Amino acid sequence: MREICVNDEELVLDASGALWWPAERTLVAADLHFEKGSFYALSGQFLPPYDTRSTLKRLAALIAHYAPARIIALGDSFHDRLAAERLDDFERATIAEMADRVEWIWIAGNHDPAPPAWCGKALEEIALGRLVFRHEPSIWRARGEIAGHLHPCASVTRHGRTLRRRCFASDGARMVLPAFGAYAGGLDVREHVLRALFADTFRAYLLGRQRVYAVAA
Amino acid sequence: MLALDQRDDIGLPPVFADWFMARGWAPRAHQLALVAHAGRGESVLLVAPTGGGKTLAGFLPSLIDLAGTPKRARAQRLHTLYVSPLKALAVDVARNLETPVAEMGLPIRVETRTGDTPPARRARQRHSPPDILLTTPEQFSLMLSSPEAPRMFAGVRAVVLDELHAIHNSKRGDLLALALSRLQTLAPNHRRIGLSATVADPAPLQRYLVPQPRTGGALSSLVRGAPGAMPEIAISASDAHVPWSGHLANHAMPDVMAAIKASKTALVFVNTRSQAERTFQNLWRLNDDNLAIALHHGSLAPEQRRKVEAAMTRGALRAVVCTSTLDLGIDWGAVDRVICIGAPKGAARLVQRIGRANHRLDEPSRALLVPSNRFEVLECNAARDAVLAGELDGERLKKGGLDVLAQHVLCVACSAPFDPDVLFAEVKSASSYAHLTREDFDRVVDFVATGGYALKSYDRYARLRKTPDGKWRIAHPRAAQQYRLNAGVIVEDPMIDIRMQAKGRPIGAGGRVLGKMEEYFVENLVRGDTFIFSGEVLRFEGIHENAAFVTRTSDPQAQIPSYNGGKFPLSTFLAGRVREMIADPKYWGALPHPVGEWLRIQQYRSLVPEPGQLLVETFPRGSKEYLVCYPFEGRLAHQTLGMLLTRRLERLRMRPLGFLANEYALAIWALRDMSGLDMAPLFDEDMLGDDLDAWLAESALYKRTFRNCAIISGLIERRNLNAEKTGRQVTFSSDLIYDVLREHEPDHILLRATYEDAATGLLDIARLSEMLKRIKGRIVTKKLDRVSPLAVPALLEISKEMVAGEAHEDILREAEESLIEEAMRLA
Repeated sequence: MREICVNDEELVLDASGALWWPAERTLVAADLHFEKGSFYALSGQFLPPYDTRSTLKRLAALIAHYAPARIIALGDSFHDRLAAERLDDFERATIAEMADRVEWIWIAGNHDPAPPAWCGKALEEIALGRLVFRHEPSIWRARGEIAGHLHPCASVTRHGRTLRRRCFASDGARMVLPAFGAYAGGLDVREHVLRALFADTFRAYLLGRQRVYAVAA
Repeated sequence: MLALDQRDDIGLPPVFADWFMARGWAPRAHQLALVAHAGRGESVLLVAPTGGGKTLAGFLPSLIDLAGTPKRARAQRLHTLYVSPLKALAVDVARNLETPVAEMGLPIRVETRTGDTPPARRARQRHSPPDILLTTPEQFSLMLSSPEAPRMFAGVRAVVLDELHAIHNSKRGDLLALALSRLQTLAPNHRRIGLSATVADPAPLQRYLVPQPRTGGALSSLVRGAPGAMPEIAISASDAHVPWSGHLANHAMPDVMAAIKASKTALVFVNTRSQAERTFQNLWRLNDDNLAIALHHGSLAPEQRRKVEAAMTRGALRAVVCTSTLDLGIDWGAVDRVICIGAPKGAARLVQRIGRANHRLDEPSRALLVPSNRFEVLECNAARDAVLAGELDGERLKKGGLDVLAQHVLCVACSAPFDPDVLFAEVKSASSYAHLTREDFDRVVDFVATGGYALKSYDRYARLRKTPDGKWRIAHPRAAQQYRLNAGVIVEDPMIDIRMQAKGRPIGAGGRVLGKMEEYFVENLVRGDTFIFSGEVLRFEGIHENAAFVTRTSDPQAQIPSYNGGKFPLSTFLAGRVREMIADPKYWGALPHPVGEWLRIQQYRSLVPEPGQLLVETFPRGSKEYLVCYPFEGRLAHQTLGMLLTRRLERLRMRPLGFLANEYALAIWALRDMSGLDMAPLFDEDMLGDDLDAWLAESALYKRTFRNCAIISGLIERRNLNAEKTGRQVTFSSDLIYDVLREHEPDHILLRATYEDAATGLLDIARLSEMLKRIKGRIVTKKLDRVSPLAVPALLEISKEMVAGEAHEDILREAEESLIEEAMRLA
C-alpha cells in the first residue's frame, strides 16, 4: 500500500494493482479482461481457462479487505463483446453477487463498449470529487483523470537483473492504472503514448509482493 | 585397408569397385561392413571418427540397391531418406553425393528439402519423390503431417541418420524418434543406418535406431570404424601468470595469435557468444599482419554467417572465432588447427571440436587448449588426458518430452484420423518414449484436443474430435495450418533485430540488419549506451517497431551482451577427473607453477578434499560470513543448490544475503557465522522436496522452461494465422499463464512436462540429486579465519551477485532508494 495525491485527492495504491479511495470508500480496478483465455480458445489456443476466476479471486480479497461502498471497473472489464456469454455459472454468480453488495459501476471500454446489463450500472465515465474516471486517457492534459487502457508496466535493473512489473503511472495531476486482469499484457512506460500523457516528471509505482515501489519514469 | 587389386573379393558390384579403383581409393572395412549389414536388412550404427568416409558408408548400400534395380522397374518412390541436424550439412552431403552418382552414371535422383525449398518443388516432391531425399528432423515431421504422407513414404527402404550422437538426446532427437516411429508404420520394411562420432556408450544410439518391443532392450547392429590418428593437443599455460578467474584469456591472446600465424586455417572455439565478440576484438587488436580473421555465432544475421562459411570454403580465411554453431557442419579441408579458448566442459565435446581440424584419418588433428583461469587449467589437463586415454563422458539420458509428443500427436492427426491404441503402441516403440504410460499418453491427446484442463470449458472449441469408430481427427483445417506454422522444437528467446541507422535519417527509416539480439539485453539499454556486437562497437539509438537502431562508434568501455545461451555445464565425467587430479599431489608438479603452488597452499591453509568428499569452508570477510563448497557439478546444478541452501539458511536464521555459483564451486554469504552449523542435515537430499517446490513457483529459469514447453506443445503459438495476414504477432506473457495454471491446476500435464524438462535441463536437479547422494557422510568442513586459495576464484566473480529469498523485493526497494537518494541530495 502506498498513499499518493492525484489532483489533491488522497489515494491508496494497492499492490494488487487496484486503487483505493478512502474518502469515497471506492475501489477501482482497470482492464479486468474477463474471458481473455476463452477468447483465444475460439481460435484454437487453449490458454488455461482460469483467468476469470483468478481475477475474481483477487478482487474478492480486496473487497474483504477494504469493504468498499463502490467499485469502479474502469473499462475493458470483458475481453470482447461476447465474453460475458462465455462466463460459466460459477463465474457469473460470483460477479453478480459482488455487484449486488456495492454500488458497482462498469465504465465502457473499447473491448466492451456495452458492458452487461445483468448487474451493476454502465457508464461512459463518472466524475467524483476532484477526479474523473474514464477508460481511455484523453490526449490533453486532463487534471484529475483516472484512466486505464494502456496497461502500463516498467522495468528496473539492478545487479544485472531486470524486473518488469505492472505499475501505476502518475505525475500528481492524473493517473493511469495497471491492468488488473490475469492475462492482460503490458506496455512499457517509456513508450511515447504513455510518456506523452504526463508532465516531464512522472513516476511509475511498481507492484511488489506486499507494496508498491516508486521509481522515476 | 584392402589392397586395390582385390576387387573381386570385396563384395561390391563391379561398377562400384571400378569407381573406387578409378579414384585410387579402397573401400574401408566399415563401408563394406555396412553394405553387408544392409544386405541382410539390418539396422546398424556406425561409430567412426571424422574423416573416415562415414557419409559415403551410409549411402553406399542405397546406391548399390538403386543401381541394381532398373529405373523402369522402380515405382516412383522415395527409396532413402537422409536426416541431418543441420540444413547446411544436408545440402553439402547432397552435393557430395552427386559426384559418385554422376561418375558411375547411376540413374538416381538426389534432392534436398529444407526450410528454403520453394513450395512448388515441395509439392512436386510429394507427388513425384526423388530416390534419395536429404532433409532435417523438422522437415521430416512436416512431411509426415501431409495427408499424402502414407503414399509418399510407403516405399522407403532406408533411412540414414547423420550426426546421431549430437541429436539423439535432445528435443530434436525426440521429434525425430517420433517421426521414425510413424515411418515404421508407413514403411515397415525399411532399415536404418545411424552415423555417429565416437561415443562412450553406443547402446543408447543402438536402441534409438530400432523399434523397441514391449519388453524393450532391442539393439541395432554396431560397426566401429578404425580409430583416427591420436590428436596432438597442446595446452597454453605459462609458469609466469595464470589468472585467478574470468573467462577471456586475455593474457593468452599473443599465444593464440602465434598459433593462428602458424596454421593454414584455424577454428577458434569459445563457449559463449559474448566471449566470441570479445575474443574477436582482442585478436584484431594484435593482428598487425591483417590476417583474415572472421567471426561466426548464432546471433549474427544469416547472410553474414553464410558469407563467412563461403569464405571458409574458398580457403580465404586464416581463422574464424566461433561458438558451438560450428561444432558440427560441413568439412573444410583447409582447417589444420583448432584452438579452444576456455573450459572444454567435456571430453566428447573436445573430441568433436578437435575433429574439425584435418579431415584425413591418418594425420593427427592439432589442437591448442587455452585455459582462461586456474580451474580451467585443471579442466584442460583432465580433458586432454581423457582424450588421449580414449575415454569419453557418458550422457544422462533424458526421457522423451511430453511437449514434443503433443506436437507429434497433432502432426499425425493432420495427416489422417488416428486410432489412439495404435498410436500409443507406435510411440512406445521409440526408445525415448518406452517409459510412457497410457494415462500420460491419453492426457497428452486430451491436451491437444482441448487443452487438457480439469475444467472442461473448451470442449466446444476442440482441435481434435473423436469419430464414431473411436479415432481422433482434426476438427478443422485451421488446426493443420496452425500445426504447420508452429512445428519445430527449437525455441529461441524473444529476439529483436539490430539495425544500423542510416546516416542523417531518423530512427526507423531503414537500415542494414546486423543480426538479432535477445530482447532482454536491449531492454536494458538507454540511448547512448555502447556495446559490442558483430565485431563492431555500436551505440544504441532507440527502438522502433521491433528493431533496435544503432550507429557505429568507438568506445573501449563498451559492454558485451551476455547471452543466456551457449552455457554447457561441465560434464560429470570430466568433473570426476578434475576432482581426482586435485586430490593427487603427485599430479600437481605437472601443472604450471602458479597452479601447483595454489593447490599446495590450499593444502597448507585449509585442506584438499579426497575425490569422493565435499569440502565446505567457512570464513569471515569484510562484514560478511562466507560458506564455500566445491561440488564440481556445473553452474546449473550449483545454482539450484544455492537457491535451496539459502532458503534453508534463511530458516536457520543465518540471514543469507546472496550466493554465487560457478562451474566448480558455490559461495554463499550471510550476516551470521555459519561455521557452527551441522552440514549433514543442511546438505540432506530432502531439500529436493518442499524447498524445491516452493522455489520453482518463482524461479525465472523454471518459467523459461515452461515457456519453451508451452510453445513446443502448441499451447502458445509462435506464429498464428491472423498474424500471417496482418503482420502483427499476438504474444502472451507465458509467466502470467504459468502463474494461473500453477494456482488452479498444479498437476496439469504441461507442468509435468516442464518439471521433467527442467530436472535434466536448466535446473539440473537430476545431477544435484546424484551429488547429494554421493557426498552423504563424506562432507569435510573447515573453519578458517580468512579466505582460502580455492575460494578466491569464486569470490572474485561475486560482482554479479545473485540475491536470495526476497531478491525481487530488494531490487525494487533499491531502485526506490536510489530515487530517494537523488531527491534528497543537496548538491
